[in-house]
Amino acid sequence: MTVSEFFDMGGYAFYVWTSYGIAFAILLINVVVPIVRRQRLLRELRRMKSRKTP
Amino acid sequence: MRFFRYFHRFSSPREFFRIAGSMIPWLAAATIVLLMIGLYLGLFVAPPDYQQGESYRIMFIHVPSAWMSLFVYMVMAGAAAIGLIWRIKLAHVMAMSSAPIGASFTFLALVTGSLWGKPMWGAWWVWDARLTSELILLFLYLGVMALYAAFEERRTAQRAAGILAIVGVVNVPIIHYSVMWWNTLHQGPTVSKFDAPSIHPSMLAPLLIMSVAFTVFYATVLLMRARWDVLDQEQRSNWVDEYLEQS
Amino acid sequence: MEGVPNNAVTAFTTIFRRDIKLALRHRSELINPLAFFVIVVSLFPLGLSTDSRTLLQIAPAVLWISALLATMLSLESIFRSDYEDGSLEQLVLSEHPLSVIVLGKVAAHWCTTGLLLTLISPALAISLAFPPQKLGILVWTLLLGTPTLSLIGSIGVALTVGLRRGGILLALLILPLYIPILIFGASAVDMSIDDLDVAGQLYLLAALLVLSLTLTPFATSAALRVTLE
Repeated sequence: MTVSEFFDMGGYAFYVWTSYGIAFAILLINVVVPIVRRQRLLRELRRMKSRKTP
Repeated sequence: MRFFRYFHRFSSPREFFRIAGSMIPWLAAATIVLLMIGLYLGLFVAPPDYQQGESYRIMFIHVPSAWMSLFVYMVMAGAAAIGLIWRIKLAHVMAMSSAPIGASFTFLALVTGSLWGKPMWGAWWVWDARLTSELILLFLYLGVMALYAAFEERRTAQRAAGILAIVGVVNVPIIHYSVMWWNTLHQGPTVSKFDAPSIHPSMLAPLLIMSVAFTVFYATVLLMRARWDVLDQEQRSNWVDEYLEQS
Repeated sequence: MEGVPNNAVTAFTTIFRRDIKLALRHRSELINPLAFFVIVVSLFPLGLSTDSRTLLQIAPAVLWISALLATMLSLESIFRSDYEDGSLEQLVLSEHPLSVIVLGKVAAHWCTTGLLLTLISPALAISLAFPPQKLGILVWTLLLGTPTLSLIGSIGVALTVGLRRGGILLALLILPLYIPILIFGASAVDMSIDDLDVAGQLYLLAALLVLSLTLTPFATSAALRVTLE
């Protein structure tokens, strides 16, 4: 099974690899969203705190 | 009684924040390992299907994400019910954090289903019974998320969207069987069913491993989301300030 | 008012009569769902073709979907006016079971919209080249289906009554839940045109009606308690 044969997926390369690509993208988005939310939340809380304490 | 006391301690926001934080790395590691094994078995070890050749390998993403879309909806409705009945805030947070994750799995199932159907049937979208009820499930998810976003006050939003999730879960089987019935009416059972090929053990193993991997992934991402929802909700309490000083 | 047995039945009849009276006072508002139904049905021949064979082929779906949309757009009237003048909060706080009050309000809403839609549907069906002797099943399915649409719709209205622009959101919440009713209703009418047996669909429509009669009032009252808190 040469590498190129593997990537060709018996002629269905486009369908198989797009599916796996989109799957990876969606899993990634699910991971990135909470991380982005974390940064934004912490930055906001720190800003509110710094404003409160003179 | 001891078990409940342990569980109750777990549900205080501060405790949950700390425990979830410690669990996430382990869950993430387990997800990566399981995904690696599943992908290796699915893409390299499993033989090509005698009928569909290599294109059936999309099944290893499509079927687990379809299972997950339903599983996450059940978890969401269950958590919403717990939240409404016993008024546990954390349960509401878990329910509302699950909604987007479930919606993403449903969307993934639809896209991979269409990509898998194209080589087999020559059309990007086929009104197949399972794909159609998956599409309606996506509408249910969007409804819950839209309702949650429509309220300013978080508590009302959680409880209103929770009720909708419970109403939805009652309707999921009704919709599923009415769509099945509708499908046999129009397409007739003769059309080649959207069946996974005959499950040969070497194909079943990656399928199950990928499903477990997706479930552990769901747990990881759910805890990540819920953690920051809880912190956001408990902004005014002092343990949040302590946390801010530490990090 | 003593001597009046203040149990659930009186609560139901009082609310029902009150809402019917209120609806009759604004008679012009009664026409709106009907006008919408007529207009939407007549859009299809304009948009498609006047050939009676194609019209008949789409008639069941057109009639059912238009009735469904007309009902959905008129759902706001169940709670909106009571919410605005504050009487909804009084109803929620009354000692009568809230689900019975909700049932009364939904029954009144059905009588002022679903029932009227069903009554004028034969006339519209004729305009879509519907064979007159086959109108029975159409009316039957609408009679069984429209109350279910009002009952399920009341949950959505209760959830969005507090929101300023609940309209589109209401559609997003409710339409997926309308799908089973549409499937069985439209297919019953479609198959009745070809003289096939439609008992199965009618039983299922009746089952959905009974199911929503027993379950939705509780969901609606829970939703009201949440959104009015």
